[in-house]
Amino acid sequence: MSLHLDSAKPEGAPRATMSVAMVLAFVVVAIVVICAFFGASIAPDSPFTQRLDIGDVPPSAQFLAGTDLLGRDVLSRVIHGAWTALVGPVVVAAGAFSIATVLGLLSGYLGGMVDSVIMRWVDFMLALPTPLVAIVVVGVVGGGYWTAVFVLVILFTAPDTRIVRSAVLEQRPRPYIDAARALGISKTRILFIHILPNVLPIILAYVVLDFAFALVNLAGLSFLGLGVEPGTPDWGRLLFENRTILFTNPVALLLPAGSVILTAVSMNLIGDWLFARLTR
Amino acid sequence: MIRSGVARLILMRLAIAIPLLLIISFGIFSLVHLAPGDPVRALLGTRPSDPETLANLRERYHLNDPFIVQYGKWLGQVLQGDLGRSINGNRLVLSSIKERAGVTVYLCLVSTVIVLTAGILLGMLAAFKRGGRLDRFVVMFGVFGISSPAFVTGIFLLYVFGVVLGWFPTFGAGRGFLDRFWHLTLPSLALALSIMAIVVKITRASMIEVMDRDYVAFARARGMSAMRITLAYILRNALIPVVTAGGLIVIGFLANAIYVEVTFALPGLGSLIVDAVQKRDIPLIQGTTLVFALFVVIINLVVDVIYTLIDPRIRFGAVQS
Repeated sequence: MSLHLDSAKPEGAPRATMSVAMVLAFVVVAIVVICAFFGASIAPDSPFTQRLDIGDVPPSAQFLAGTDLLGRDVLSRVIHGAWTALVGPVVVAAGAFSIATVLGLLSGYLGGMVDSVIMRWVDFMLALPTPLVAIVVVGVVGGGYWTAVFVLVILFTAPDTRIVRSAVLEQRPRPYIDAARALGISKTRILFIHILPNVLPIILAYVVLDFAFALVNLAGLSFLGLGVEPGTPDWGRLLFENRTILFTNPVALLLPAGSVILTAVSMNLIGDWLFARLTR
Repeated sequence: MIRSGVARLILMRLAIAIPLLLIISFGIFSLVHLAPGDPVRALLGTRPSDPETLANLRERYHLNDPFIVQYGKWLGQVLQGDLGRSINGNRLVLSSIKERAGVTVYLCLVSTVIVLTAGILLGMLAAFKRGGRLDRFVVMFGVFGISSPAFVTGIFLLYVFGVVLGWFPTFGAGRGFLDRFWHLTLPSLALALSIMAIVVKITRASMIEVMDRDYVAFARARGMSAMRITLAYILRNALIPVVTAGGLIVIGFLANAIYVEVTFALPGLGSLIVDAVQKRDIPLIQGTTLVFALFVVIINLVVDVIYTLIDPRIRFGAVQS
């Protein structure tokens, strides 16, 4: 799902400042990826070691971001949190677009009954408030993080299908499709060998935008105490568990909150950038 | 003629809205069976499981009937305004909802005012000064706004204005009008900021598009005042996409209100839902979700009607068809 509504890009905007933002965006994403895979060797401490005797203390030389109520090192927990911030959104974006690509290709190319059925379903799904459905279903069904990921895949599939479909509709009247049909090439082959490569750039840009949206939604669920298991180092979960220590160690909230925003902003910038580059 | 066209359009929208509500209500009802294990256990909550209570529950929720009959009976009760009783505290779900709705409505109204004034104004200014410093700031603000969920914005607002500056209270909804306004300023702002980015983005893009139209150049050539051109020619046309996105915006408001209420510990509908979900209080979840869904569908309907009323092309199109 994406909120990419801005069709008019600023023509007069200086390119230099934009590219600085882009470089920063790539740096942020690179840091998140590195933390996700090598968090254990980067983090100064284990994210689970409790020090009940000291409790929550503000940042110091020993604990750069302070500790939480159980005396766990906040910085280490944030670094380890990069894992759930990366894996879930990647699965959501890739999963939703895999299903959406098949549905969108069928809907856009075949038209008729197939198209109406798929689009009625899309319209229905779009009328639902995504976060509310996710909260209720994940809360009632249970199952934690992966249930949340699964529910988001389903919810994201509908708007993604619409994006793929409209990209396919743009390809449909082009001469190469007529040529392929005149040659007697099968529908499946036209769909996957001829149309798919032409709509893939748009899909790729939206996958990145989907990632940002999925990250925000998953963090939101964790923030409500749903999603990940209690105690998991996860940015949303950190916000949930550290809500009460805003006055004693605000960094325990500001650091994970900032991580969510910076990662989401970076992915949105990269998505917009890809969109402008690939769909020209 | 025009009136009958609009009436027809409203009827057509209703013809979509009612089946939609039915499907949603079916989904909400199914929650009892989605919960892992025996539905009776889910409905029992923490109460002692003696045979008599279990039998009462089966009777109350018609669990001995076939699934579709259960749904029919449940829907019948809902239509009569009976949303059942919560498992925790055994309170009428409807009275819990009435008690909590005030805060949510207040929050959403104040935020709507902020979004519609500040959001549209910022979008306009950015479009007028396209490429300038303000415009670049607004574009960046848009990216940040769309990327930051309300609970994250809320935490930053809480820290800056609640903890560091100490200007506003950090939790609760306050009593009386003025106190409530004071308590709800930060939450309303957090909610507004998360939605405003979308409105700013759409307003800016459509203003830029409309400003380049021939009729604007023609109006200028005729020597009309800049004010008149902006208000009557540019803004009126530029706001149509904002109204079209109304559904998206309304859903954004209600969904983000949940996060804002939890962040600021406000006793609203959103925190009631989260509370119910955390305690797995199925009747309360069903009731609150149903009310939320009803809100969304009704407001979408209203937005659709407003949309047709302000755009003469659609208004007359409806008459012709």
